[in-house]
Amino acid sequence: MSEITAEQVAHLAYLARIDLSPLEITSLTRDLGQIVDSIAKVSEVATADTPATSHPMPLTNVFREDVVVPSLTVEQALSGAPDRAGDKFRVPAILDEE
Amino acid sequence: MPNAEKKNRAELMDFDRALELFEPVLGFEVHVELNTKTKMFCGCANEFGSGANTNTCPTCLGLPGGLPQVNKKALESSIRLGLALGCEIAEHSRFARKNYFYPDTAKNFQTSQYDDPICHDGSITIELESGRLVTVEIERAHMEDDAGKLTHMGGATGRIQGADYSLVDYNRGGVPLVEIVTQMIEGAEHDAPEIGKTYVAAIREIAKALGVSNARMEEGNVRCDANVSLRPRGSNVLGTRTETKNVNSLRSVERAVRYEIQRQAAVLSGGGTITQETRHWHEDTGITSAGRPKSDADDYRYFPEPDLLPMAPSREWVEELRLTLPEPPAARRKRLQAAWGFVNLEFQDVVNSDLLDAVEATVAAGASAQAARKWWTGEIARLANVAGVAADSLVTPVQLAALIQLVEAGTLTDRLARQVLEGVIAGEGTPVEVVESRGLAVVSDDGPLIAAIDAALLGQPDVLAKIRGGKPQAAGAVIGAVMKAMHGQADAARVRVLVLERAQAIE
Repeated sequence: MSEITAEQVAHLAYLARIDLSPLEITSLTRDLGQIVDSIAKVSEVATADTPATSHPMPLTNVFREDVVVPSLTVEQALSGAPDRAGDKFRVPAILDEE
Repeated sequence: MPNAEKKNRAELMDFDRALELFEPVLGFEVHVELNTKTKMFCGCANEFGSGANTNTCPTCLGLPGGLPQVNKKALESSIRLGLALGCEIAEHSRFARKNYFYPDTAKNFQTSQYDDPICHDGSITIELESGRLVTVEIERAHMEDDAGKLTHMGGATGRIQGADYSLVDYNRGGVPLVEIVTQMIEGAEHDAPEIGKTYVAAIREIAKALGVSNARMEEGNVRCDANVSLRPRGSNVLGTRTETKNVNSLRSVERAVRYEIQRQAAVLSGGGTITQETRHWHEDTGITSAGRPKSDADDYRYFPEPDLLPMAPSREWVEELRLTLPEPPAARRKRLQAAWGFVNLEFQDVVNSDLLDAVEATVAAGASAQAARKWWTGEIARLANVAGVAADSLVTPVQLAALIQLVEAGTLTDRLARQVLEGVIAGEGTPVEVVESRGLAVVSDDGPLIAAIDAALLGQPDVLAKIRGGKPQAAGAVIGAVMKAMHGQADAARVRVLVLERAQAIE
């Protein structure tokens, strides 16, 4: 059984800014645990001579024509922003690089 | 100079001395922004200068449910660019996520290419001013999407240091880019700065000739990261490199490479070591400053993009695209210079002013090459400079050719032609219309001219006596007076002939 805990799920939810009820946390903890276990099973089967699969379907060359389609309005675009200034997203200063 | 910049100002070694002690090794990453109508993976408009966040959608904002799709035109442009750089076009190519957390991308990853770039293994040969030919090997040219634009607010300089917060406009997020990566360039020697400038100029020129990019460096359509390392003479071991980011003019590429050579040489010969890092180029002060440390093993956790299917451009399509390639810019330059009979200096002037297309079109519209060159690089460039716009935005080649023809027909002097040019730029119509509406044609009826000449000669009897006494060079003073009386609307050479005639004729 996987080691996904309710605390980890709550933390993930916080990082993803998703509000979860205690009931949802319980069920997601169970679901995520099953997913992790399933992947662990695949890892047991996949040996060194199994090439990594990035795209399971034998499809290529699916393209879009270069035609403009309407964008969101500025209000729609900014509707999920935690903070804004005028028509721009406002984010905390990031002390890394320009 | 603020204190922070004083601190950043490093010791520099004399450039020639640095080259005596060290061999520079270069590498360039040039980002070319494609001029497709829409973004790389969604149908939002790819436009410069629209209102903030007006060109966004769930896909380019990285919202749940957004599903990217490859813009076929962007792929086509990338392949054509690769072909023009002599690259192989991959039979199988796919996108990869390059994960990083920074608010310039809302997706938390850049959609790029990792182990299967669309174009690889090319080369271009560039010619330096000395005539030296340098072949730059291209490792790869891959597709990726651009990031949004951050504006740092608060603090003193608008830079990140000291900023209170940042504002984000995602219009540019998702715009298609091709990143062209060179192999290491060895043997550059003293030409290293010029190689940087000339290489970036060549990429820009090729992108422009292909029509795949607007290729305006000042609008960020072409951006260069310059890698520089030094190794001591006689050593085979590569030195530690720095990567100077976002060097965004040709002159800056040259200056940044020179600066890094001088800076690194001073550090190394002082017993120090070079930190492998990104550096920022400061256009205003002409220096680079330390950015973040960067290791080869930077963990971007690349993995194949699961939402995009692999691309397998057919060989037939690639060959069709190869047939659409224009004449290589370097070959075109050679052909035009020979056809126009320009000496190197004249031709360089045209090329450096980015006026090759303008002169070519003006010649095609019926002007002589020399006159076209003179006007574009002279008066028009001057006016454009004053107005802060591109020369070829002021007048059309057809308008200029018409103006040149008026001068060559003797209808206009150069001085009058400049006034007509102003009228054309002011939107008063074609050159012929401006000549008529402003009444600027050269006076070719000699009647008023002769009257003015006679008056001027009689007004300066000493000059008249000198001309009659066999000193035609004295006529200058009279010619000046006549031109003034005619408000400049006379052909000075014609005035001179008439002055000499009238000096003998009048009582």
